[in-house]
Amino acid sequence: MFDEESREISDTIGRLLKEANAKSVYLVDKDGQLIASSGETSNIDSTSLASLTAGNIAATGGLAKLIGEKEFSILFHEGEKDNIHISIAGERVILVVIFDERSSLGLVRLRVKKANEALTRCIENILKKMSSGKAKENLLEEISDEDIEKLFQ
Amino acid sequence: MSFINYSAKEINCKVVYYGPGLCGKTTNLNFVHKKMKPDSRGKMISLATETERTLFFDFLPLALGEIRGFKTRFHLYTVPGQIFYDASRKLILKGVDGIVFVADSQVERMDANMESFDNMKSNLVEHGYSLDKVPYVIQYNKRDISNCVPVAEMKKVLNVDGVPDFEACATEGAGVFETLKGVIKLVLAELRKGA
Repeated sequence: MFDEESREISDTIGRLLKEANAKSVYLVDKDGQLIASSGETSNIDSTSLASLTAGNIAATGGLAKLIGEKEFSILFHEGEKDNIHISIAGERVILVVIFDERSSLGLVRLRVKKANEALTRCIENILKKMSSGKAKENLLEEISDEDIEKLFQ
Repeated sequence: MSFINYSAKEINCKVVYYGPGLCGKTTNLNFVHKKMKPDSRGKMISLATETERTLFFDFLPLALGEIRGFKTRFHLYTVPGQIFYDASRKLILKGVDGIVFVADSQVERMDANMESFDNMKSNLVEHGYSLDKVPYVIQYNKRDISNCVPVAEMKKVLNVDGVPDFEACATEGAGVFETLKGVIKLVLAELRKGA
């Protein structure tokens, strides 16, 4: 993740939050790491949300393969008050939208579709940068055994 | 796959505890959860059956401090050990940065240890990884039990690659942090190598 793309991602999910009238929006890596979030996020444990979402997508992905589908790109969970809309963007990341009665599934789906296009472009840029080796900088080369040892003190 | 967020200055890594059913994977995580300072650990999630057998996974996020200005976060997962949960087990290995193989030291569980180890290897291959590439350590758990197999013998069978290994008794916590430290060191060393 780089500054430029990070800003672009924040802008995109911020816009989605407003346009879809959602309570909060999260972007999660398929491995369960939280990438970005927007909206009323303070009362939700975002780390748990990220890992459970990724587990959820992985499990439904397994189900999809069982019946001969590539993946299920949208999951929707309906609650009494709040609902969760989960979708896959750019094959690599997961977009989570939490909304209540102030919005509707139709509106969320429509806005998510638009945001997905922007996010897919952004993810492609990140992947391109990563494969060109620009990402690595020299941070990791500089990690010494002492640094690692210090973590445990 | 480790996730380095240059913008938020974070390094995130995923460590998976693998091993046969009832070998003590969840017990390891429970002990880490109990002993870590509350500000450096997140909430532990256990997706378990009513009889407390792991159904999908346990999850414990840890924040260990900074390296060169980057916050290091480790996400610890366990897999369900029971044989018939193989589909779920495979899913959890996705994106793994380091593995702790927890072996059960009881004589009658040696076959289960070997079976689980082979299962881990084949599940890694299905994700396009292999044990020569993914850093891993081995933990010989339940050393307090009276009928345990001598460590030398367990090493011969399970630790053919000569990776770091640790004796442990996870219920009391002996060896739990040594094991965790061992795998984290390997993961960070691997990150450095890849740089």
